[in-house]
Amino acid sequence: MKALRRLFHRLTSWATSARDEVLLRAEFEEHIAMQTADNLRAGLSPSEARRQALLKFGNVEAMKEGYRDQRGLPLTETLVLDTQHALRRLRKTPVFTGAVLLTLALGIGANTAIFAVIDGILIRPLPYPDPEALIRIGTSAPGLPGLPDSLGCSPSMYFTYREENRVFQYFGIWYVAGASLTGIAEPEQPRALFVTHGVLDALGVKPLLGRWFSETDDTPTSPETVMLTHGYWQRRFGGDTSIVGRTLTIDSTPRTVIGVMPANFRFQGDPELILPQRFERTEQSLGPFSSQGIARLKPDVTLEQAKADVARMLGIWLFAWPLPPGIDFTPFQNARLAPRVEPLKQDIVGNIGSTLWVVMGALGLVLLIACANVANLLLVRAEARQQELAIRAALGAGRGRIAREMLVESMTLGVLGGALGLGLASAALRLLVARGPDTLPRLDEIGIDPFVLAFACGVSVLAGAVFGVIPILKYAGPRVATALCGVGRTFSNGRERHRVRNTLVVVQVALALVLLIGSGLMIRTFQQLRSVPPGFTHPEEIQILHSTIPEALAKEPEHVMRMQHEILDRLAAIPGVVSVGFGDAAPLESFLRNGNPVYAEDITLTEGQVSPIRRIRKIAPGYFKALGTRLIAGREFTWTDLYEKRRVAIVSENLAQEWWGVPGAALGKWIREGGPADPWREIVGVVENVYDNGVNVKAPEFAYWPALMDQYIWGGKDGVAVSFGMFAIRSSRTATQGLLAEAHRAIWSVNGREPVFLVTTLKTLYDQSMARTSFTLVMVALAGGMALVLGIVGLYGVIAYVVSQRTREIGIRTVLGAQPAELLATFVRHGLVLAGIGTALGLMAAAGVMRLMSSLLFGVTALDPVTYLAVSALLVAAAVLASYLPTRRAIAVDPVKALRAE
Amino acid sequence: MKDTDVRKGTLALMVLKTLDVLGPLHGYGIARRIEQISGDLLTVNQGMLYPVLLKLEQEGSIASEWGASENNRKARFYRLTRQGRKQLQAEARSWEQTAAIIERFFAAKAQDLK
Repeated sequence: MKALRRLFHRLTSWATSARDEVLLRAEFEEHIAMQTADNLRAGLSPSEARRQALLKFGNVEAMKEGYRDQRGLPLTETLVLDTQHALRRLRKTPVFTGAVLLTLALGIGANTAIFAVIDGILIRPLPYPDPEALIRIGTSAPGLPGLPDSLGCSPSMYFTYREENRVFQYFGIWYVAGASLTGIAEPEQPRALFVTHGVLDALGVKPLLGRWFSETDDTPTSPETVMLTHGYWQRRFGGDTSIVGRTLTIDSTPRTVIGVMPANFRFQGDPELILPQRFERTEQSLGPFSSQGIARLKPDVTLEQAKADVARMLGIWLFAWPLPPGIDFTPFQNARLAPRVEPLKQDIVGNIGSTLWVVMGALGLVLLIACANVANLLLVRAEARQQELAIRAALGAGRGRIAREMLVESMTLGVLGGALGLGLASAALRLLVARGPDTLPRLDEIGIDPFVLAFACGVSVLAGAVFGVIPILKYAGPRVATALCGVGRTFSNGRERHRVRNTLVVVQVALALVLLIGSGLMIRTFQQLRSVPPGFTHPEEIQILHSTIPEALAKEPEHVMRMQHEILDRLAAIPGVVSVGFGDAAPLESFLRNGNPVYAEDITLTEGQVSPIRRIRKIAPGYFKALGTRLIAGREFTWTDLYEKRRVAIVSENLAQEWWGVPGAALGKWIREGGPADPWREIVGVVENVYDNGVNVKAPEFAYWPALMDQYIWGGKDGVAVSFGMFAIRSSRTATQGLLAEAHRAIWSVNGREPVFLVTTLKTLYDQSMARTSFTLVMVALAGGMALVLGIVGLYGVIAYVVSQRTREIGIRTVLGAQPAELLATFVRHGLVLAGIGTALGLMAAAGVMRLMSSLLFGVTALDPVTYLAVSALLVAAAVLASYLPTRRAIAVDPVKALRAE
Repeated sequence: MKDTDVRKGTLALMVLKTLDVLGPLHGYGIARRIEQISGDLLTVNQGMLYPVLLKLEQEGSIASEWGASENNRKARFYRLTRQGRKQLQAEARSWEQTAAIIERFFAAKAQDLK
């Protein structure tokens, strides 16, 4: 109770301290005046009376200090005072302060930004209630080579899993695709999420307006419905709340809007519309695995239990459904189908973690180097203040008091730098969110939240402490005598005084080398990627557009093909267009990949063996010419091939080599897709490999079919034509508004205002396929560049300081006849020794650390000797320059002037 | 260190006792009175009294107000509060006990403890 009351008094008196100070002085004065009066009465002379009174009272300032300690909050007060002092001192040296703050702001800002990215992507839970219970369900088929690691779920699985499971609270399947919205001024192709009942229930995000899909919406005979996401509702309908109940024409079907999702609803693929999936149960077979499964586990069900349950249901499913048309049971038997069950977050985040942690590590090293630099600057500063500190120590300032003051100065720098860094980070993040690579998941969830803020504060304070402690250890000690006489002309500087600084520089050089090697390896990786011929040429000239021929316009395959042909001719007639191509997808369009086993007539499989999955693409004449894919043997398709429905095929070089050794030998061979339902087709051409999965992975083997066929495994009785197709336009006017407008007109003049979508250039697709590498490259190179500059500035600073301290010595030696070259060599050698030790340490560290990066490298090993040598040479050269420049300046000074210096 | 703690404690007790006996008094008055009675204790630094006065005031044992001194100048007068009187009684009692114990210890001879 007493203590509380005292604290209260201390707090209030802290606030009124200025007035109290005056009163206190008055009280003391009065005390001394009374004593003086008594002394006078006792017969002392006036001056002696006052002197005795003062003596008796004791040291007024010490009393005040003691009084103050009692009164306010002494620690806080001195802290405030010390901070004020520190700020004043920092203001007096704007260059030093500016340099330190800039260094710290960059270091802390970069680390805060990347931490915000890591927080947003990896750490923060998914934006759904109780997100740990959400899992993704897929299928793996290790027995079928050529398939992706993880397949999705089929509609038949949806029925089996929904009905047989014991562990799911909700279960549903979904996929994202385009849906054309027509009947409005500008037809468009919004991104649509197709869900079954159970997907939204599993996510648990309630709609803002209207209702969720019910089981009725999934029933094929019920009225068609649609939901909107918040962003699309705002953008397209201005947030009009009367939207619920209105009708929109989507994919030529009128649908009633039943609800709008809230603004905080997020989902993979960033959908704009949500549509129900309706399956006719009687029409389902085992395939296709094109949807993703999502489930919310019942409380207390573990991931392992879920896996076991899905494995059990997979066994039921395999024998409960008919085979897909034209495919026999062998592939299913040999596929070794297994469930792939993982937390939803893992599915969304993917393997981006390794990249992000590498970048974070690199930027962390940069911050360390920055701290070393700042510590060096502070050392110089402390040395300049050594005499002042010694005098204060002599006058009774304790080691702790001086240390506290120095620490407060460093902390002030740290916090100010951190504040600036936070500003930089938030600007950088805004830029990243606005135009970051699409391959970064959860991009729009990245931002500065309290957690990131706490990180920034922590890093700032920690940085302040790290670089603040070094000068304290060295100078706050009570070595009054040495300090007082050791400064000035009497002594030359001892070796010992430079040891700390030298160590710091060695550490800086070593860290910088590690980062530079990292950047070097990334640059080599990028070069290697760029040097892979991707299977197309000058992608920047290739404009890509997609559009569709609606069934209402043409149903008969040949009619569809004629219309696509018509569009192609009109596109080719646009001024500036060199060539045009048509097919079901462009290279690198990952979302439109098609694959199936392909069989060759003369290659017999051993019993039980399954033919690997090959990539299938359906194309029209001109496709390869427009993309720049080289023909290696034979010929391209012709329009006659298509319209006469000849059974022809083209294969990629790697497929021809695998089966027949040399590409030319493939000509005249017969192949088909899937099984007996597909007719044999004769190979008429072999083309170069197209790196359809990105240049960093093996090029898939391709089979190209004509865009119009009379009989096809997936087609109907009348044959099949590509109605949902891609147009590739090679032109010097690619990506200009003019070309796009003319291309739209050409397409619309034939298909009657169906939306044109997925408009991009092949260059964009190509860059996106390397986005992760270029993102890492840019970040690591940025870190490497900063490290190089900071490290070299640090070295320069040390050499310049050493030289400036030894200016007199240089003067004396010059007068005595020393050659400038010799003197130069002395200092440059000093710099070289430091850089040499740093490089050696750095090389050892790099050899260990770079292993962590190996998953990001391509075509270059983590111990690439060329990179290691080149980077070391670069660093040593920079070190020589950094030592040479300040020395030369000192030597050029007139010796007389040098001797008079100080 | 310990020495000053003890002295501070005793000083506080002396201040309370002085105010109890003489009524409201300014700092100089208290110092004089303590000096007269204790002789040496306060001759070193009269100023040491003020932190003690502040502490006592913060604890609520004494209160102060500004008034005119005998020289007709402004001076701060301290007086004992009710709580201070209670504290004085309590501490005086405990002090007497402590003193008695210490006295007995010093008076005791080796053979008494056998």
